[in-house]
Amino acid sequence: MKRRTLLQSLAALPVATMAGKLWAAPASKTRLLFVFMRGGYDATNLLVPISSQFYYQARPNIAVPKPGDDLNAALPVNADWGLHPALRETIHPLFTIGQVAFVPFAGTEDISRSHFETQDSIELGQALDGTRDYRSGFLNRLATTLNADRANAISFTDQLPLIMQGGAQLPNMALRSIGKPGVDARQAKMIASMYGDTALARQVRDGFVVREDVMKEMIGEMDAANRNAITAKGFELEARRIAKLMKEKYNIGFVDVGGWDTHVGQGGATGYLARRFEELGRGLAAYAKEMGPDWKDTVVVVVSEFGRTFRENGNRGTDHGHGSVYWVLGGGVAGGRVRGEQIRLEQNTLFQNRDYPVLNEYRAMFGGLFARMYGLDAGQVERIFGTKGQDLGLI
Amino acid sequence: MPTLSMRIGSLAACAALLILGGCTTPYQAPATSAVKPDQLAGALNRVSWGVNQSTWQQAEKVGYDTWLDRQLHPSPAVLPPAAQAQIDAMTITQKPLQQLIQELDQQRKDIDKITVDDDKKSAQQAYQQELNRVAKEAAARSLLRDLYSPNQLQEQMTWFWMNHFSVHQGKSNLRVLVGDYEDKAVRPHALGKFRDLLAATLRHPAMIRYLDNEQNAANRINENYARELMELHTLGVDGGYSQRDVQELARILTGVGVNLGTGEPKVKKELQAQYVRQGLFEFNPNRHDYGDKEFLGQAVKGRGLAEVDEAIDRLSRHPATARFISRKLAVYFVADEPPPALVERMAATFASSDGDIAAVLRTMFTSDDFAQSLGRKFKDPVHYVVSAVRLTYDDKVILNTGPMLSWLNRMAEPLYGRQTPDGYPLTESGWASPGQMTTRFEIAKAIGSGNAGLFKTDGPQPTERAAFPQLANALYYHTLQKNLGQPTRQVLEQATSPQEWNTFLLSSPELMHR
Repeated sequence: MKRRTLLQSLAALPVATMAGKLWAAPASKTRLLFVFMRGGYDATNLLVPISSQFYYQARPNIAVPKPGDDLNAALPVNADWGLHPALRETIHPLFTIGQVAFVPFAGTEDISRSHFETQDSIELGQALDGTRDYRSGFLNRLATTLNADRANAISFTDQLPLIMQGGAQLPNMALRSIGKPGVDARQAKMIASMYGDTALARQVRDGFVVREDVMKEMIGEMDAANRNAITAKGFELEARRIAKLMKEKYNIGFVDVGGWDTHVGQGGATGYLARRFEELGRGLAAYAKEMGPDWKDTVVVVVSEFGRTFRENGNRGTDHGHGSVYWVLGGGVAGGRVRGEQIRLEQNTLFQNRDYPVLNEYRAMFGGLFARMYGLDAGQVERIFGTKGQDLGLI
Repeated sequence: MPTLSMRIGSLAACAALLILGGCTTPYQAPATSAVKPDQLAGALNRVSWGVNQSTWQQAEKVGYDTWLDRQLHPSPAVLPPAAQAQIDAMTITQKPLQQLIQELDQQRKDIDKITVDDDKKSAQQAYQQELNRVAKEAAARSLLRDLYSPNQLQEQMTWFWMNHFSVHQGKSNLRVLVGDYEDKAVRPHALGKFRDLLAATLRHPAMIRYLDNEQNAANRINENYARELMELHTLGVDGGYSQRDVQELARILTGVGVNLGTGEPKVKKELQAQYVRQGLFEFNPNRHDYGDKEFLGQAVKGRGLAEVDEAIDRLSRHPATARFISRKLAVYFVADEPPPALVERMAATFASSDGDIAAVLRTMFTSDDFAQSLGRKFKDPVHYVVSAVRLTYDDKVILNTGPMLSWLNRMAEPLYGRQTPDGYPLTESGWASPGQMTTRFEIAKAIGSGNAGLFKTDGPQPTERAAFPQLANALYYHTLQKNLGQPTRQVLEQATSPQEWNTFLLSSPELMHR
């Protein structure tokens, strides 16, 4: 590959400043990875309300047993909560050393219970009652607020998600499978020049630059693969690649993980949902490990559009609900605990006799978190989220 | 067969409405479109899967308005023999669905009897591979029709509705069902009445299984399908329904399921007359909630499958549905933010024609807004790939759709591959990100250089036919060239080989839009 040639040709582009910005390593050491579990995951079986008798009544077939000696029992968190046993080797150890916090009753005030509507709501991060700007996601507004010298954001997805769309043109590239580029440096330059001052000019140039970036970072992985080293698979592989890029180039990242819409046969301590948790847990633990010393400056946030019905349905699954449980991980996180406003889970405390209420509104929560991470003032938080931040003591 | 009985049903409904003066005839005299002669290639590019030389010559011959009219009311399609032969050779063409599914189901059951671990594993692999192969046939057939059917609009609308009533082939054995779903439920109604289309999707096992309605039974409600039916298929999320409507519709839909086998379930004696079996569709009265319901502000008398027809009537004739569908069509065919007045006019046509899709499309295609929007709509990946192959090889039939399928995978828009029921985005922001653009240029190079494998057959003895891309042709010199901007022309002049010239043309901003 003629990397040198490409660099030279890219430097000759009229937007060399843009390319230069993308090449620069992040000035701020603070890193944020945002993980979206699309499909409305069953948070009730992730962070298990073990002190609620009602939980065990409402889920005769899919409840996770209280902590105990059994390998299928929930893992200890505190008197009220236990963790799904699929996370025994990955997330629970991080929790025990204080690097993971959970926030139950988290989510949006949107009660459409529609995946798509609620995902949009969350990604936009705007007030529900005002006029909404459908081209402005909150990670994009965060990147704009932090300015070019402090934020270098990227989405590790095939398409640019709503959360990353907006005033700043942010790049994307999926890392599940990576092939060698077919278009050479000279052709890349000429193709970019066809886009001159069209609306797509920046996307085209950023795309070439990011591709080169990624290929450079992945050389080590390819060498390892050539030496028959055992490589990770699935989300674990993806998460390791994300970590490599976030160590070197990018300090705000987004990735999504699907497969959480469990209307039928979701299982309990084992089964379908347990396997999804295990894969996600492996990926997040691998990411933490790969970040190495930089893990202490890293925050990973894991969210989903909503939780599911508290009661299991007739098919040993769960239907669309409201409040969820968010995860916050990182070397500097004040973890090992369950944070935010909480209530005892009984039939009469359910929202609409159906699901978790939202007691920790996500915009206030992220506003508070970002304020601490980046030293944002109240005005900046309000400009991003249209509301005041609330500090849940997550870091 | 469901198709026949539904057609009779809708004719009867239309006759009843005629008496009330509420059913306008779908046929309208060909209206003159606002498309000017020098916009011909641009209009063809939008109404078809992508302009090419032969489409352009046909439209020149009969005139654009007549061409458009034939697209809206097509005769049965005759595909080029080389394309039809590929479809004829497919298992999904040769075996009726019921036979195919029963054979595969038997194959699956036989695996359970195998006791040797290794044998069991390879039998399972063989079964999965067969499911994949059948689904790939369906996707290949769909692409061949997109590329070569004279009824281009019908094929575009088939994709549009497959996306609107999206199912994911990854669930259960949907890989066997998706081809039939497209061919029997969606395609025949793609330019017909919306109500018929909605009813056909509701009675197809692919949809029932995908949205879990076969699990939905009295006192064991699964509301997944009911919710998406209103949010995504008809009213739209702002269509004015409530959580209670979702629950009531779910109750109405209890008992609607599938039966892929040959046997029939045991039904209580007093309900036996209510049992319905049409192909793989089944209504099982044992599972139905016979209580009365209230749906969208009106009572629904509990009485069995007729409740479902009543609900479909209400949903398909609701003003929110007319607006929701009209807007989505305008987003797909005109602009990401379509003019509200255009959407209003389309919704009015929808209402006055009882959801006649061709009539709604005519209102849109003959509008000034449509003519003014030509060349400005960003192509989604399917459009990009199909239009590029149509332009590059015209009516020279490709021998292998495999490369096209893998490009669509790379661009995250595979056929039957949307995991969620909302369908793929139809707007530029969904597909024009930096990563997407880079992938497009690599695909442009693969097509433009002529060695993408489109003319290499599959199988034990693959053969490859030489087929050099012919982009610099009469169509290009007559019309396309005029619409290229100065930067594109300059780059084309600097190409060092015909292959590179092709790559640059297919990578140009002009070719990213339709």
